[in-house]
Amino acid sequence: MAAASPDFRRRMTRRQWEGRAFHGLCLLAVAVALAMLVLLLVYLARQGLTRVSWEFITSFPSRDPDQAGIKAALLGSIYVVAIAAVVAFTLGVSAAIYLEEYAVRNWRSRIIQVNITNLAGVPSIVYGILGLEIFVRTLGLGRSVLAGGLTMALLVLPIIIIAAQEAIRAVPPSLREGAYALGATRWQAIWHLVLPQAMPGILTGVILAVSRALGETAPLIVMGALTFVPFAPDGPLSRFTVLPIQIFNWTSRPQAGFHEAAAAGIIVLLALLLTMNAAAIVLRNKFQRRPEG
Amino acid sequence: MQQSDAILQTRGLTVYYGSKQAVSDITLDVARHRITAIIGPSGCGKSTLLRCFNRMNDLIPKSRITGQVLFEGRDLYSPTVDPTEIRYQIGMVFQRPNPFPKSIFDNVAFGPRINGFRGDLAELVESSLARAALWAEVKDRLTSSALALSGGQQQRLCIARALAVQPQVILMDEPCSSLDPIATLAIEDLMRELSADYSIVIVTHNMQQAARVSDYTTFLMGIENRGGQIIEYGETRLIFTNPKDERTEAYITGRFG
Repeated sequence: MAAASPDFRRRMTRRQWEGRAFHGLCLLAVAVALAMLVLLLVYLARQGLTRVSWEFITSFPSRDPDQAGIKAALLGSIYVVAIAAVVAFTLGVSAAIYLEEYAVRNWRSRIIQVNITNLAGVPSIVYGILGLEIFVRTLGLGRSVLAGGLTMALLVLPIIIIAAQEAIRAVPPSLREGAYALGATRWQAIWHLVLPQAMPGILTGVILAVSRALGETAPLIVMGALTFVPFAPDGPLSRFTVLPIQIFNWTSRPQAGFHEAAAAGIIVLLALLLTMNAAAIVLRNKFQRRPEG
Repeated sequence: MQQSDAILQTRGLTVYYGSKQAVSDITLDVARHRITAIIGPSGCGKSTLLRCFNRMNDLIPKSRITGQVLFEGRDLYSPTVDPTEIRYQIGMVFQRPNPFPKSIFDNVAFGPRINGFRGDLAELVESSLARAALWAEVKDRLTSSALALSGGQQQRLCIARALAVQPQVILMDEPCSSLDPIATLAIEDLMRELSADYSIVIVTHNMQQAARVSDYTTFLMGIENRGGQIIEYGETRLIFTNPKDERTEAYITGRFG
């Protein structure tokens, strides 16, 4: 083989150098993101870790910062997210099935599609106003945990619809054809083949949606969640608060003790988030592993 | 061919995709318990024609037909006919093996189950797999995933799956095009065996395959703007030894296509 020309070698060195520089930049980006996360966790742990205890989790809020707990907010968050997840999952997956499997592709379905995508970008406070008007006032649910959950369901609905649509679209058409060729109805093809195949992708959307619903504060404030709740929600129509509101409330107090409680509250919120995501991931892996899917 | 010998017939069948004609004016009889091959160059509408026999073209938006497709003398496209019922009697095997991501057993049991089969499912699965010459290879791992099978085994599984709903006709759309020569041979042997009990229509672009396995051959060719038309139809040995049309001769001797 002839020796490479000096020109080629010079360019080669340059190209290799560019490659290394790009690699370094990407690494730096990851490092910055990780550093922020670590910083946040360290800060929270130093401020609040000592306050996290069984007592903290099982106590109601109090005027005394050292006795204040998050029982009401924790339960409120779990209620709201559970209601939102169940409602949004049912509605979202059904809507996605309709759009992907039944709707005729024309200008009307395209308009619907564009609007769903846009809905995902609507500021969450707008959903709060909508929830206030529809659920709290028109349907007369009051400022209840049910109204809060339904408002959150509306908020995360587009996320689930879009994720489910993508998951359904990724199911190979050959599977549907195989089912139809055996005399399956459209519903049977969807139920027995498309949905089990799409489920991991759909659950990924649910994970995103739950994380979003857990952290949102603005819509619930607008629709009238409370900030001081010395009782656990005792039913769907009970009044409620959620963790982010409780945390926000504590951080705005002057006493240092409440700031510690806020940090502890954030740690609990993160733990709850991780637990819920882990549950969804376990569920997703179960679907992916199952050979008879 | 006498009408009573034909299980499937088309009468002046034209298929449109939008305003484009895919095949036009097809009049063809498919013989009972024989293998009929549809050959022709790419894009001549072979698969389109095949997919009219179980109304799979219905699934393609903007497709429509004129003319008639008769199954046992009954118009398949009459408004009173439910396409899912047709597909229960006319099975199909696709170009690429498309086993469901389920166990081997569940793949074969899928058709009977969705059709509300009552009876000994295990026995039906076994006999279907046996008919598809796959039972010996998979009988010890019925619960493992069908996706773990080789390409040739997957295609035989798809045949077993089609047999399990006990159809009268099996449509095969280039069933060996993604298989190696040995797997191809196994499928061809299988087809010969199955033709004793089933009527088979096979689309293939492999002329040797058509010559080897089929009893009757239809040669289809795309005519400008009008889609595929039948150039010649007859007994396979006659088509391949003594074609009447010079275009058929040119095609089977490999001068085009």
